[in-house]
This record gives sequence, structure tokens and C-alpha cells, in this order.
Amino acid sequence: MASVRAGTLSMRDSLVKNRTVNLLANLTLREIKGQYKKTVLGRAWSLLNPLANIAVYSLVFGILVRATPPLGTNSGLKSYALWVACGIIPWGFMSTGTSLGRGALADNAGLLTKVYFPRFVLPTSTILALASTFLTELAAVAIFVGVAGGGPRIVWRLPVLIPIVILNTAFVLGLSLILSIGMVYFGDIQHIWGIFLQLWMYASCVVLPFSLVQQAQVGHPNLPIEFLFELNPAYQFVEAYRNVLYDFDVPSLTRWLVMLAWAAVSMIIGSWVFSKFSSRIVEEL
Amino acid sequence: MTSNAVVVSDVSKSFRIYRDRNRSIKATVLKRSRAKYDEFWALKDIDLEIPQGKTFGLLGNNGSGKSTLLKCIAQILEPNKGFITHVGRMAAMLEVGSGFHPELSGRDNVYLNGAILGMSKAEIDRKFDSIVDFSGVGDFIDQPVKNYSSGMYVRLGFAVSIHIEPDILLVDEVLSVGDIAFQEKCTEKFSDLRRDGRTVVVVSHAVDQMRTFCDQAAWLRKGQLMGVGPAQDVINDYADQAHNVQQHHSQLAEGDAESSSEDQTQGRFGSGEATIERVELLDAHCEDVRQVRTGDKVTLRMHFTCHEPVAAPVFGFSIEHETGFLVWGHNNVQSDWVAAPMRPGAGSVDLVIPEFPLRPGSFRIQAGIAADHNARTVDSLPRALSFTVATGEPFESLGVAVMHSHFENLRQEG
Ligand SMILES: Nc1ncnc2c1ncn2[C@@H]1O[C@H](COP(=O)(O)OP(=O)(O)O)[C@@H](O)[C@H]1O
Repeated sequence: MASVRAGTLSMRDSLVKNRTVNLLANLTLREIKGQYKKTVLGRAWSLLNPLANIAVYSLVFGILVRATPPLGTNSGLKSYALWVACGIIPWGFMSTGTSLGRGALADNAGLLTKVYFPRFVLPTSTILALASTFLTELAAVAIFVGVAGGGPRIVWRLPVLIPIVILNTAFVLGLSLILSIGMVYFGDIQHIWGIFLQLWMYASCVVLPFSLVQQAQVGHPNLPIEFLFELNPAYQFVEAYRNVLYDFDVPSLTRWLVMLAWAAVSMIIGSWVFSKFSSRIVEEL
Repeated sequence: MTSNAVVVSDVSKSFRIYRDRNRSIKATVLKRSRAKYDEFWALKDIDLEIPQGKTFGLLGNNGSGKSTLLKCIAQILEPNKGFITHVGRMAAMLEVGSGFHPELSGRDNVYLNGAILGMSKAEIDRKFDSIVDFSGVGDFIDQPVKNYSSGMYVRLGFAVSIHIEPDILLVDEVLSVGDIAFQEKCTEKFSDLRRDGRTVVVVSHAVDQMRTFCDQAAWLRKGQLMGVGPAQDVINDYADQAHNVQQHHSQLAEGDAESSSEDQTQGRFGSGEATIERVELLDAHCEDVRQVRTGDKVTLRMHFTCHEPVAAPVFGFSIEHETGFLVWGHNNVQSDWVAAPMRPGAGSVDLVIPEFPLRPGSFRIQAGIAADHNARTVDSLPRALSFTVATGEPFESLGVAVMHSHFENLRQEG
């Protein structure tokens, strides 16, 4: 009797796994499809938005403030516009990812209260869909950098982006799992997270180079300013993309380890929070 | 030996009823504590076995915990205590079409909903024509579902659910939706499922429907299991008990007038963007009364406070007989009256009944506000108001309704 039961159970397990993978694929595709189904204007807009950002930051920080862009180590590039483009696209992935992931449960209350399916597929499909558009954006940046002075050498460095994107996606997903649960209990996370993202962007050297941080460090030798920046996961990820796209280099070993650690910590805490609270969220919605 | 499709062992479930609906980090930090709540036990120590291949009915008055139990079986809610096991593929039809995405076409939604309910793409491909056929939406299948009538919406949702061919089908009061022809189609489909040896669990308070439908039944009262066994016995017990409760109620009714007004918020639930402040029962002179006469012009007025905007609100009222029998219900979507988006602030909405068609008796009004095509409850007051009906015009002999009937054409041979 017991063995029979065990048999049916393991069969059910694999069935459930298939179902989950199937559902995850379906929801991700729907989301991607939804993004491309937008009106022509809407699509143009979503492409224009990062371009406009790049233009504004180039104007304000590159020309008016005259922030000196770092010199690309292997590429010899020295262009604020290219440098900021290599940072703002990954930053956009992290900020949009956590903002969309945050609402993945709360915005689907109708579904969650009426149908059972593994709850993690909602935030996960959101992030996976976004990661796929992020890949096309990265390709656009690579072409942009190559054409605007980097030359075809950049092509050889592109495969290095893959593990970075994987670690970065894991980091964003873990964070989104936590935020999506938080949203159910505290509606105002929406606003708080919005404000936090603004601060976080400036703390991640997205638009202002690290040399400014180093200058500040010289002025305040007793404060661990540089160290804090190094701890910031978003800074590490943004710089890793720049290592590849702007420097035509690979990230340092330390940077790889820091990214790996952040991705792991984020996923472990995210899964733990999610599995602990996700069964109770339905009645809180 | 028949095996069990579902086993519920010692299950208890509680909900948190928040005293303060405003849950935010800001408030938590300012008050230095999480929002205060009361524990409400919707299910207490339920033990139940549902045999394979039977149609099993869950009975009980409104608020007795039937839906909560069904949702626990469906794994949507997790019990605080005890556990539930089931054997085979399970599908729940708690509110059909709730997984629909208004912007996507019917076709895309069939695939999406099918995937959510656990069908593979190949499986949906195979069943697609049959699904469309069953739903009767025809050429509309390539239109966005936001253009569907509510009937089409429900039918398509039902068609998808029924094509999952689950070993265990959980159904919550869905027999009451759609037109008669569609209901018959559904009943037929249920019989098919039963013939194939599949298990169906139905929640309802429509006793007569359950009698014709179920082999086995259980009934719940205030979260406790009162009886379980062959359908006829259980349903009879339930009907008797409901009758006793009714007598008990009318004995208490005298001294109870005060406390009943406090009862208003009992069982309240919803997501809380707006709250229903109170419901008025207005007679022809616009006075808030607790007794009306058959045939009077009556207006139900819902006063609400909106806290956050609600894009397409759905206002609903229903009237329940004191025994718990649902007499009538209506919402503005089904009457094709589109409500403007709700803005923060106070407001009210009226529902006008030109000639009140109920016979003397005691009734309760439920009021609700929903959003997202009725898929999400914003606020619901299951006991907004109690009132009685006194004799008026026309007078007809028995039951709960008056039909403006008359006799005619008596013919006799010779
Ligand atoms: N999410 C929820 N939060 C708080 N209370 C709830 C929730 N869902 C249901 N309840 C309460 O639990 C009780 C049982 O509800 P339910 O199972 O829907 O009853 P029934 O289906 O028998 O009408 C009711 O008093 C209801 O108000």
C-alpha cells in the first residue's frame, strides 16, 4: 500500500513540475507578446525613453557639468554618452524589474483568489519576460558602441554578458519575490520603493563616474565611502556591464564573486520569504 | 472498498479581520505596531472524506464556511491546522473566467486560462474547437474579451474549465449563472463526468438543486461540520435545522433590534479601496424604513466612502430570506448601466425597485462593490440591513414572491 502511494506521488510530482514549467513559459510569452502588441507609438516610446534619458544625462552631466567619462581600458573610448548608455540600460532593467515584480501578486488578486497554481510563477514570468527584452536592449547598446567608435572588436566580448545577465536576473528576481510579498501587506511600498530607486541610482554610479566617489573619499578619509559603493550590488552589476561594453574587458574576479554572492543572497532570502508567506497572501489580498 | 478522492483531516482555518484597514509601512512605523486584527475561525476541526466517483454537496447558510472549505481543498487557501490530500487531477471553478485578461482575444485567453488550469498547449490545440463550440461565442473568439457580454464571459470561462477533464472538479455556486439552456448544458456535462467515474464537489445553498444532484453531502454551520452522509439524509437534516434556527430567530427578534444594527459589519470582506458606510431602504417618501409593503416603490441606497480610485466599479445588491435562501440579486453590469470611475470621497448609489415583488416575511440585504469585471471584491457587507415585508398589493397566497397573477378562462364540459 505504502509503495503504491509513493509511486503515485512521484508521478504526480513530475506532472506538477511539467505543469509549472508549461505555465511559466506561457505567462512569460504572454507578457513578451503583450509588450510587442502595444501600439506602434507605445513601442517607439519604450525605445525612445532610454534614448531620451541618455540624451538628457549627456547634456546635463557630460556637457554642462563636464563630468569626465573614464577611459575605456581596452577600447580607448572616452565618451560620456556611450558610457552612460552602458550603465543606464542595465539600471533600467533593475529598476523596472523590481517595480513590475513588486506588483506581480497584488495586481493579480483576481487570479490568485480563484485559481491554484504555484504562486512564484507570477513574479518569475514578469522578470523573465523583462530579461528577454533587456537582452535585445543590450544588443542595441553593443551595436551603438561598436558603430560609434568601438569597432567590431566588441563582438568577441559579448558572450561574457550572458553569465552577468543570469546573475543579475537572479538578483532582481529574489528582490522582486520579497517586494511582491511586501506589497500585499503594505500598499505604500510602491511609493517608498519609488523614492528608494532614485537614491539607489545615484549610489550606483549610473550617471556619475566612480572617480567622483574617489575624490569624495580623499576629502573624507575617515568615512568608508568607497567601501560602501563597492558593497552596493547595483553598482557592481552596472560596472560589470561597462567592463564588457565600454572597456571591452571582463569583470575582475572580485566583482564576479560579489555578483555571485548578491545573486545567491537575494534568491535565498527571496525564496524563503516567498515560501513562508505566499500561502497566506490570498486572504490578505 | 471505494477509495477516497479527497481526505480532509482535522482542518481549521482562521482569517484575520483587521480593525484598521489602512495597512501601510507609514502607519506601522508611526504606531510602532502592525495593524490590529481579530482572529476569526471560519472552519473548526473539519474531518471529511469524499469518495471517488461521487457527486458531493457542501451545504450551509451564507458565511458558514463552505467556500472557505472548498478553497482549502483547491489549495488556494492554506489551513492553519490539519491537512488535505487528494488523488488525481483537480480543477476548481470558483468564479469562471476570473483568469481572463481583458485586452487579449478570446483565443489567447483560452490558451492562457488553460495553461493556468494545467493544460499543455497540445492539449488545448486538440480541444480548442470543442471549447469554442461549447461556449457558443462563435466569431467573437478573436475579439478582446473586454468586448464580451457578461454571459459570453462566463460561458467561455466555464467551457475552458470543463474541458480540463479533471478527476476532481470543485464547483462553487456556478450553477446559478448563465441562461437556462446553458445551465442544462452544464448539468449534462456534470452527469458525463459522473458517468466517467470522476468526483464532483459542489457548494450551494440551493437545497432543491442539491437533492437532484448529489449522492453524498455534508453541511456546515458556523465553520463546524454538522453532518455528513448520504445526500437525502443530510439535506433533510439541514433543512430541518434551518427551520429551527428560523424559529429561534423570531423568538429572539424582539429584544434583538438594538444589537442587530451593530451586526452590520459582520462578515465584511474586500480589498478596501472603498468601504460601504451604510445601506438605506427608502420608501416612496424617501424615508429610511425597516418595513415595506408588497407592491411599494422601494429604493436601496448604498452610501460609500472611496479611499483610492476604482476604475470600473460594480455595485451589487442581493436579498436573502431569513433562512439564508437567496431570493434575488443584481448588479449594474448585468443591467448594462456603466458606473463612472470612483474618486476618493463619499458618495452613494441607488437601486430602484418600482414595485416590491416579495410577500410578507423577514429578509436581509447584502451590498457589495466589486472591481475588475466583478472579479475582485472591493467591499462586501453580507448583512447590510434586515427588514420585514408587510401585506400590501397585490396579495397572493403563498411563498416569497408575488407575480401579479390572475385566474381566467374556466372551462367546463357540458
Ligand atoms: N479573505 C477573508 N478575510 C476575512 N474573512 C473572510 C475571508 N473570506 C471569507 N471570510 C469569512 O469567513 C466566513 C465564511 O465564509 P465563506 O466560506 O465564504 O462562507 P459560505 O461560502 O458558506 O457563504 C464568512 O464569515 C466570511 O466573512
